[in-house]
Amino acid sequence: MLNRPQSLTQLFLAFTRLALQGFGGVLAVAQRELVERLGWMSKEEFVETLAIAQVLPGPNVVNLSMMIGDRFFGLRGAITALAGMLLAPAVTVLLLAAAYGQLARHPMAVNALRGMGAVSAGLILATGIKLLPALKKSPLGRPLALGLALLAFVLIALLRWPLIAVLALLGGVGMLVAWWKLKP
Amino acid sequence: MTTPVDLLSLFLHFLTLSLLAIGGAITTVPEMHRFLVDKTGWLSDTMFTSSIALAQAAPGPNILFVAVLGYNVAGLPGAAASMAGIMLPSTVLTVTATRWARNNRESLAVRAFSAGMTPLTLGLIIATGWLLALPFLKAEAHRWSTLALIAVTVGLTLKTRLGLVWMVLGGGVLGALGLV
Repeated sequence: MLNRPQSLTQLFLAFTRLALQGFGGVLAVAQRELVERLGWMSKEEFVETLAIAQVLPGPNVVNLSMMIGDRFFGLRGAITALAGMLLAPAVTVLLLAAAYGQLARHPMAVNALRGMGAVSAGLILATGIKLLPALKKSPLGRPLALGLALLAFVLIALLRWPLIAVLALLGGVGMLVAWWKLKP
Repeated sequence: MTTPVDLLSLFLHFLTLSLLAIGGAITTVPEMHRFLVDKTGWLSDTMFTSSIALAQAAPGPNILFVAVLGYNVAGLPGAAASMAGIMLPSTVLTVTATRWARNNRESLAVRAFSAGMTPLTLGLIIATGWLLALPFLKAEAHRWSTLALIAVTVGLTLKTRLGLVWMVLGGGVLGALGLV
């Protein structure tokens, strides 16, 4: 049912394509490309992989790319996916950094950046909403899973708790309940 | 002008931050600011902030703001030193941890971990979208038009298969024309 990349080149190009589409963050594009267009993973796998990528140090989408590359082609795949994710965008951003002096003086460029920023915020919101149905299959049961997601939103977005505290508290509660429910 | 010793200390600084960057390197920004602006004086305050804004606006993972910081300190060698530092420890750990988790996929601990963390991850994604949208909503002049743009983006993403990059470029055009 799910597809897989045929070669390292295909893996590299898929992540390059994905990264270059990601203005203001790659998460929304990653979901669209990996789950919806390429079909390399299901919605549930995407969220579960992301959950692990999230608690590891480092950027979550970069961790995600390595985890996917490693799954299909081992270490070579992890390095290829990482390179695909970083190389072309690094060249682009350094060119922009070199040109920044000129760019910042144009009000039109500043306004365009604001428009693009607003759209990327909307894309990430939509990605979160789109992935919510993945909680239906949670062993925690839907009400508790949705409650924890909502609480995470409140603590981080509204009360501005540090991530590490939220991970420890809500992750800890989630894991304990999951442990208890999955226990044979 | 920076010396090889400076490049090494740039590399080592980002190396030590790598494993602390849970939830993305953006969480260690205050520490980078302390080092690059307050301690060494390699970057001015404005330079520091605009480096981050620039990388956020460019395509690709946000971690590339580290490359821009390094570039503004010491050109291309600086970009390479800072990126290598921030990436090395976390990538090694990620590959190791992922393999361990995959080999122990059926174990209760791994299943409980992933089931327990998933709701949090979803809450976090929506919180990220919210926090990115917030600065636009605080600026009185553009509040309603930007809010409408965000709402339309959410609607289009959920209901159509329109390429995301077209939406971002569309937002850029509307912004450049002064419509949002």
